[in-house]
Amino acid sequence: MSFKHMFTSSVGKKLVMAFTGIFLILFLVVHAGLNACIWANDNGLMFNKAAHFMGSFVVPRVLEIGLFLGIFLHIIQGYMLTLENRSKRSVGYAVNYSKGSKWYSRSMAILGTLLLMFLIMHIYHFWTPSRLGGVGNIQGLKTFELNGTEYHNLYAEMQAVFQNPLVVLLYVLACGSLAYHLAHGFQSAFKTIGIHNKRYHALISSIGYGFAILIPLAFAMMPISFYFNLVK
Amino acid sequence: MAHNNLNLKLKVWRQKNANTTGAFVKYDVNDISDEMSFLEMLDVLNEKLITTGEEPIAFDHDCREGICGMCSLYIDGKPHGPWQANTTCQLHMRAFKDGDTITIEPWRSNAFPIVKDLTVDRGAFDRIIQAGGYVSVNTGNAVDGNSLPINKDDADAAFAAAMCIGCGACVAACKNSSAMLFLSAKVSHLAQLPQGEPERKSRVLNMVAQMDKEGFGSCTNTGACEAACPKEISIANIARLNKEYLRAGLTQE
Repeated sequence: MSFKHMFTSSVGKKLVMAFTGIFLILFLVVHAGLNACIWANDNGLMFNKAAHFMGSFVVPRVLEIGLFLGIFLHIIQGYMLTLENRSKRSVGYAVNYSKGSKWYSRSMAILGTLLLMFLIMHIYHFWTPSRLGGVGNIQGLKTFELNGTEYHNLYAEMQAVFQNPLVVLLYVLACGSLAYHLAHGFQSAFKTIGIHNKRYHALISSIGYGFAILIPLAFAMMPISFYFNLVK
Repeated sequence: MAHNNLNLKLKVWRQKNANTTGAFVKYDVNDISDEMSFLEMLDVLNEKLITTGEEPIAFDHDCREGICGMCSLYIDGKPHGPWQANTTCQLHMRAFKDGDTITIEPWRSNAFPIVKDLTVDRGAFDRIIQAGGYVSVNTGNAVDGNSLPINKDDADAAFAAAMCIGCGACVAACKNSSAMLFLSAKVSHLAQLPQGEPERKSRVLNMVAQMDKEGFGSCTNTGACEAACPKEISIANIARLNKEYLRAGLTQE
C-alpha cells in the first residue's frame, strides 16, 4: 500500500477532504479572532496592528501558502468527487429519496460553490489591495502609521467596502452558506477520520453545530457593524 | 380488525434487458387485501398479466421473511417502501390507502446493472465479500466452546453489524451510489472479533479496493443509507471503517 494508493481510493479522497476541511476550520478560528479586533473601538488601531503582524511576520506568511494550497485542494477534490459520484448513477430516480438526509448534507457542492464565489469577491476586496496594492492611498484611503512607518490601512478599507449595502448583503448571505457548509462538514470530517466512539461523536456533533452558528455569526456581524456604524 | 380492499394504480419500471432503455408502464390493480404483502400484490398483478398473455414483471425475492436480502424495489421514493427498518417482502398493503398511485423503480446504480424490469445484478457485493469479507481458518478439530473469550459488548456490536443482509438498499438510497454502509458492516463485524484480527488490515484495504473497482461512489456521510436500511445498520460503522482504513493504510507495508 503506497501513500498514493492510500489517498486516491474512494475512502482516501474523503480523508483528503476531511484533513483539508479541518485545516480550514482552524483557519476560520484564527481569521475570526483577528478580525474581532475591530470591535476594540479604537478606530482600528488594534486591528491594523494585528493585520500588519500577519502580513509582515514570516510564520503567518508561510502558513498562508499552506492555506492557499489547502483551499485549492479542498475545492478541486470536492468538485472531482461530486462529478465522480454523480457519474455512478446514469439513470436517476423518478421520485427522489430526500427524507433520510438533511438538504445541506446533500448540497455541499452547491454551498461550496457559493463560498468559492464569495472567496473570489473577498480576495478582491481585501487580500489583493493589502498584499499587492502597496502602502496606501488606494481609492484615497488614509495610511496607517506604526513606529514612524506608513502601512496599508485595512480597517479603513473595511469601512469603505462595507458602505455598499449590496456588498454587506452578499457577505451576510455567504455567512449563511458557510453556516450550513459547516453544519455538515464539521461532524462529517471527524467521522471520515474515524471517530466512531459514541461519546466523542456526540461531543463533536454538538461542538460542530455550535461552531457552525457562532463563527458565521461573528463574521456576519463585521460588515453589519461597519454598515450601521457600530464600531468607532 | 377491519379488513379493507384497495384499488391501486401502479407505475412500474419495465425494461427488457440491460442493453435496452426502459420506461414506466401504468397498471391498475383492484381488490387488493390490505393484509397482503407488497410482493403478494405484485404476484396478483403478474397472474393477471400471464392470463392476458403479457410478460409478467420480473422482481427479486426469495425467503419472504425479511432475512435473505433478495427483495429490493424502490417504492415511492424509498428503498423497501415507506416503513422503517423493513424489507419489501415484509411491507404490507395497509401501508397504502385506497386510490393511491405507487411508483416502483429498481435500485439505481451503475454498479447494479438492470437484468430485467425491477431485477438488478448485485454480484458486485459478492465480489466485495470475496475480496476479504471472511476469516481464513484451517480445518481440524472443533475448538472447545468459550475457549476464546470475547467481551459481551464487542460481541453485540459485531452481531449488530453482522445483521446486514446485503440487499443493497444503502446503495439505492445514497445520492452517490456508495456501498459504504454495506462494506462498513462487513468490516466492522469482523474487526471487533478476535477471529477477524489476523486479516484485519488486508481485509479493509482489499475490500475498499474492490468496492472502487465495482464502480460505487464515495461516502459523504449524508445518513440516507442508515435511514433506509432494513436492518438498522448504524452509520457509526462507516466511521469505524474509516478508522480501520486509516490504520491499515498508514501501517501496512
